[in-house]
Amino acid sequence: MTALAQSPTAPKKVVHRRSIWRVLNPYFYLIPAFLVMGVITYYPMLYQVWMSFTDYGLKNLRFDAPLPNYVGFANYINILTNQLGLSYYDFWRMLGFNLFWTFSNVIIHVALGIFIAVILNRQGLWFKGFYRALYILPIVVPQIIVANIFRNMFDPDYGAINQGLAILGKFFFGLSPDLFHIHWIDQVNYPVSWLPLTLSYYALLIANVWLGWPFMTIVASGALQSIPKDLYEAARIDGASESQQFWRITLPLLRPAMVPASVYGIVMTFNLFNLIYFLSGGGPLRQTEILITTAYRLINEQRLYGVAAAFCVYIFIILLILTLITNSITRATESYDA
Amino acid sequence: MPNPGKPSFLTRVRWYFQGRTSTGERGMSFGSQILSQLFLLLMAAIVLYPILWVVSMSFDPRDISRPTELRLNPFQGGLTLKAYADIIKQPTANPVSLGQLMFNSFRLATLTGIASIIVGIFASYAFSRLRFAGRQTLMIAVLTVLMLPSIATLPALFVLLNKVQFDIGGQVFNLRNSLIGVGLAVLSGSLPFAIWNMKGYLDTIPKELEEAALIDGCTPNSAFFRVTLPLSTPVLAVTFFLGFMSTWTEYPTSWLFLTNPKDFTLMMALYNMVGQYSNTTPWSHFAAMSILIALPVTIVYLFVQRYFVGGLAIGGVKG
Repeated sequence: MTALAQSPTAPKKVVHRRSIWRVLNPYFYLIPAFLVMGVITYYPMLYQVWMSFTDYGLKNLRFDAPLPNYVGFANYINILTNQLGLSYYDFWRMLGFNLFWTFSNVIIHVALGIFIAVILNRQGLWFKGFYRALYILPIVVPQIIVANIFRNMFDPDYGAINQGLAILGKFFFGLSPDLFHIHWIDQVNYPVSWLPLTLSYYALLIANVWLGWPFMTIVASGALQSIPKDLYEAARIDGASESQQFWRITLPLLRPAMVPASVYGIVMTFNLFNLIYFLSGGGPLRQTEILITTAYRLINEQRLYGVAAAFCVYIFIILLILTLITNSITRATESYDA
Repeated sequence: MPNPGKPSFLTRVRWYFQGRTSTGERGMSFGSQILSQLFLLLMAAIVLYPILWVVSMSFDPRDISRPTELRLNPFQGGLTLKAYADIIKQPTANPVSLGQLMFNSFRLATLTGIASIIVGIFASYAFSRLRFAGRQTLMIAVLTVLMLPSIATLPALFVLLNKVQFDIGGQVFNLRNSLIGVGLAVLSGSLPFAIWNMKGYLDTIPKELEEAALIDGCTPNSAFFRVTLPLSTPVLAVTFFLGFMSTWTEYPTSWLFLTNPKDFTLMMALYNMVGQYSNTTPWSHFAAMSILIALPVTIVYLFVQRYFVGGLAIGGVKG
């Protein structure tokens, strides 16, 4: 409505005969997209909300099958109270893991991305173009293929991670190669005893850091190049050290670019289906399962469509909250524009 | 006479290795140059490690099912294309050829990519240029879907598309169990992204160009078709490519929907070559398959990434 008020409107007395078409014209542009989305996006979304209150299952799947029974909030309650009949399923642990997974990744991506961008942007660095060209690779190789490759790389016997570690360990520390049969994916006990994270979390983290930092480097590089050189000049004259220049000039001026990129990273990582589903498969014992992989299992393996629908409604609500929080952080930093 | 303003080639080479800028200003000290080079080389090695590993494995001449020792140099001990030849014949135990798999993925990716830009561009234009009642509400409606991962609407899409079933000449056609159904489900998620991505670009095209066309006697609609639409060709291409790329490697929807091997897609075949079902698959086959899937999109992405990576809108969220 505010948009309408802002638009320059013609004086009211001059009524064109075509004005009704002028008012309707924008809607003609919207018809194709909203017709398609109405059928294949919005109607399914509403239908899904209805499904979430039923026991929709395999028996209701045939097109002439009877309607499923209304079960009220049973699906919603069962999900939160861990009564889905899935072994090792714990909603609250999973939600906590999902959030920890998201923030631990994005923090490392952003820190490493900025660090490398700062090095790459230093005056007089050799082979800049070579590094720039090479570091783009993790962005351009399809993520799902990378997940599959890492899955095999983390294999205890034939994977390149253990084989590489064995070579490095022998070369630098004279360690026996037999030490490096690490079961990255399926070891159940926690490597750091006070942290409830399995080794597969660290494997996922390694793979996702490999995937994620170049994007942040590119965003940070773009922002670095737009910082005026005179600022550093002035700081040097005033006697600021290199690290003072970094903390007082570089970092604050990177913020307007890094905050939206981090928000994007947070939403992406929160729903990182491909990597987790293919690399660890949520294992061992569902320890690295996130919300979206569980939703997929409910549909694909359990065939509990009603429960899955309720689960997806929860995902929607959680994402909405996450987006609202991150958006308000973005808005809070918007005024920072120097 | 050499131009005194322009340093000679040799001077510039000397400056380069002294870590100076192209104008000869002092740049990095030698110590920090070496430290930076060591770190950047380490990162380069980390980036290249999985890629070299998988490439050498696909060319491995030893014809063994599992790599027993690390091999990162594809040329070590000779190359063989046997893995590729095996893959092209029949990638998995399913009775379907690589050509068929590629054709299925290609059809799916091309058609959903084209559909998303053709259907989406008009809405993008309306959101970017036109003012109308309900604009904010409708934009929020698009953004809401954008925020949601595509898997989160799969329960309903599966159930609803499964209801569309009819007989064609004695054969039962089920929309859910067909590439068209997968395409519709994929489009349901990619269309909001396409709309948002293209709107972002249209916002950057100066309004004055259209206003000039209006003064020259264009109607508002023909100003869109004759001025704005031709100018937005780059974003149409990029949006198509991003849609193509994500559908080319799409897994969850196709795996859930399709049961007939002749409809299978590339990623479904690759899934059969890793993890629990892969005991009989030699890893050289897996490596060759990964490369065959990744290479076409990676090459195109390498050429087009400079135009949009970094400026990538929040729209890229859709997985």
